[in-house]
Amino acid sequence: MLRLEKRPDPSKTWGYLAPVLAVIATMIGGGVMFALLGKDPFEAIRTIFYDPLFSEFAWYYRPQLLIKGAPLILIAIGLSMGFRAGIWNIGAEGQYIIGAICGAGAALAVYPLESALVFPVMILCGAIGGFAWSMIPAILKIKFGTNEILVSLMLVYVAEQLLASMSLGLMKNPEGFGFPGSRNLQQYASAHNAELWTGTGIHLGVVFALIAVIFSYIMLARHQMGFHIRLTGESPKAAKFAGVNPNKVVIYCLGFSGALAGLAGMFEVAGPSGQISIDFNVGYGFTAIIVAFLGRLDPFGILLAGLLMALTYIGGEIAQSSLGLPSAAIQAFQGMLLFFLLALDMLTNFKIKRTNTEVRI
Amino acid sequence: MSKSLLHINGLTKAYPGVVANDDVSFNIDAGEIHALLGENGAGKSTLVKMIYGLVRPDHGAMQLAGKNFSPAEPRAARAAGVAMVFQHFSLFEALSVAENIALGMETPPKSNALSARITEVSQAYGLPLDPERLVGDLSAGERQRVEIIRCLLQEPKLLIMDEPTSVLTPQEVTTLFTTLRKLKAEGTSILYISHKLEEIRALCETATILRGGKKVATCDPRKKSARELAEMMVGGTLNSAKAKKTTLGEVVLKVSELSLPPQSAFGTSLKNIAFQLHKGEILGIGGVAGNGQDELLACLSGEVKTTGDAIQLNGVSLGNMLPNVRRALGVLAAPEERLGHAAAPDMSLTENAMLTAMTRQNLSKSGFLDWPRAKAFAEQVISQFDVRTPGPQSAARSLSGGNLQKFVIGREVLQDPEVLIVNQPTWGVDAAAAADIRQALLDLATKGAAVIVISQDLDELMEISTSFAALNTGRLSTARPMAELSLDEIGLLLGGADAAA
Repeated sequence: MLRLEKRPDPSKTWGYLAPVLAVIATMIGGGVMFALLGKDPFEAIRTIFYDPLFSEFAWYYRPQLLIKGAPLILIAIGLSMGFRAGIWNIGAEGQYIIGAICGAGAALAVYPLESALVFPVMILCGAIGGFAWSMIPAILKIKFGTNEILVSLMLVYVAEQLLASMSLGLMKNPEGFGFPGSRNLQQYASAHNAELWTGTGIHLGVVFALIAVIFSYIMLARHQMGFHIRLTGESPKAAKFAGVNPNKVVIYCLGFSGALAGLAGMFEVAGPSGQISIDFNVGYGFTAIIVAFLGRLDPFGILLAGLLMALTYIGGEIAQSSLGLPSAAIQAFQGMLLFFLLALDMLTNFKIKRTNTEVRI
Repeated sequence: MSKSLLHINGLTKAYPGVVANDDVSFNIDAGEIHALLGENGAGKSTLVKMIYGLVRPDHGAMQLAGKNFSPAEPRAARAAGVAMVFQHFSLFEALSVAENIALGMETPPKSNALSARITEVSQAYGLPLDPERLVGDLSAGERQRVEIIRCLLQEPKLLIMDEPTSVLTPQEVTTLFTTLRKLKAEGTSILYISHKLEEIRALCETATILRGGKKVATCDPRKKSARELAEMMVGGTLNSAKAKKTTLGEVVLKVSELSLPPQSAFGTSLKNIAFQLHKGEILGIGGVAGNGQDELLACLSGEVKTTGDAIQLNGVSLGNMLPNVRRALGVLAAPEERLGHAAAPDMSLTENAMLTAMTRQNLSKSGFLDWPRAKAFAEQVISQFDVRTPGPQSAARSLSGGNLQKFVIGREVLQDPEVLIVNQPTWGVDAAAAADIRQALLDLATKGAAVIVISQDLDELMEISTSFAALNTGRLSTARPMAELSLDEIGLLLGGADAAA
């Protein structure tokens, strides 16, 4: 029999090396998979990792990197805070949707008023929407001890139904010839989350993502709340002994991740996507879970991981169109990344022991 | 000279990084009570596991009753006549005594026959036990009897007992000793593992002392003083903690009508606890584990809130305050469980210093943490309490039990508490570290602080306490000066008889 034994003092170097090795292992594993699918593995890997950055069309792809990376980073930063405390918000996708609905709803309610106040109000509404949606699992957990994993996940499907209802009903574009979907906010100047510098892909959401990274770093490393969050995750009993109020941590972690996911949804609907539609959400809320772990729940790690994940998204799309790889293969490829990371993590923190020499009773 | 039963010759067992047993040889005669002495980590457990077939030696051989003996598993050891009573019982609370015993047998007889056997054996050896009772309802001493009877039914030639008295009251210890002497008279050999030197001197005729995996000596413990034995165990001279004569000051902490419903299905409720604690006093609270020790500490530390007036510090009601507010006022605590309660295992010592010292050492300014000062404080604890570690950046998990305990106690003592509550301060700590910790508690009291020591180790309480109370099923006896109490009275108090009632 094989048995896992916790290493008393896990190596820090291996901790940092694990994500890099995971990326390399994914390239090898993915290459084998692409070869089995009858594609040239080297070309496929190059298409995914190299072309978006350095090919002749890179001028188009590079801004995409920020546009796709920003929501991933924003959401993952929020999630990482809870994951540190052992509070598992799996429903960021739902909070992302509700944030978008609230943000867009605020704009559509005052349309066609042009005012400098419209956009700040939308930001506020997006954050509040996501926050409120995350308070449902938080309050149920505190009051009744429900499992936040299940509740937050189930609420994703509720949010999706709400999204469909909004794009077919309340928020449907009255000038849209009966097509589902709201007015396009890109054509509403006061509400448009436009690029700050044309052609760079940098919109206000990218700036917020960077601020979130720095805020989260300061919080975790220097602030009492961050210390209490880490302590709760490391050892709930020790946290209680230190005087941490566990309910406060639940509210804070779920609320913070909900608000950031709501913001991400609002920036998306006001910018790159432009409108509330049935298929508005594309899974950023779920992919952000991978990003959070790939970044070792470390703010700057998440920044890099978010960009890497965005790269595989964009590279994957190129590979689909130019090499004809099925989209399932790209998803499997992204899944491999998480798989290898978790496996290497395990080996960093545990060692495998054979147990055939000693009998346990 | 009686016949040799078990001959151990050059047993060696190495684990990565440590030699647990290094060329250990000794003899156990038939009908002898043989003590195995040593500090934690001296290799007692490994040696016993080899005899019981749980671990295979790297080198060396054993002979049992003249035949080669190398058990591959506990079943083989049992078949050869070796039985063992573990320190931690493996009993199912929801099953009866007879069912529990049947579970441990290869071919259990019919339940009626088994119950009759159990009654017979229990009467023969003075171990009263009803086979139909649920184990969940038994005291620790009675549970141990279940384990002993389970072993006796195998009619062993050698009975191994690992720290058998650590959970017993003095009266229960006396009963156990009578049983063991009776077994000896019938020719059964007993290998008795303990660190309680007085017990060994009273019970055993031979003692083998291990230190750092090597055998130091085999001697007759009745011809050595407890101090000589301890010094052989530690390998140096031992400083025993010395209580200075102190006069008690005014009342600091007043606890009255402190009651608490059970916090979990198997939790203990606290019933009407009341005591007063004076400046310079060390109140020893004795009692067998599971009688409300953890709950009492949680109420005093602030992890569990009670009614405000139940706990008063210098007239200020503390009962519904959070731990950090109490710390600010001077009430500090060190829980029993070092890893996972008193300290976060994977966090560094600096972070673990922050854990309780944030308020009193001013390590937090408007919510922002002063890590350099926390590190300095951790370094101060490490140097003043002789914590052996590479430095404050080491994870709590990487420290040995004794060193982490010194850190945990030191962290609270150096915060200059008015009242310090510690639970099992020297549990599983080697003799030298235990002496240091006790001395630190005594020094703290001499400086005028009030200390509550909750412990199962009576020797420890008798050594350092100025007053004593016993905790039994959530009730606390009236606190009385230690000097007034005899061992018998203490035993009665632990058993639930309140001398004042």
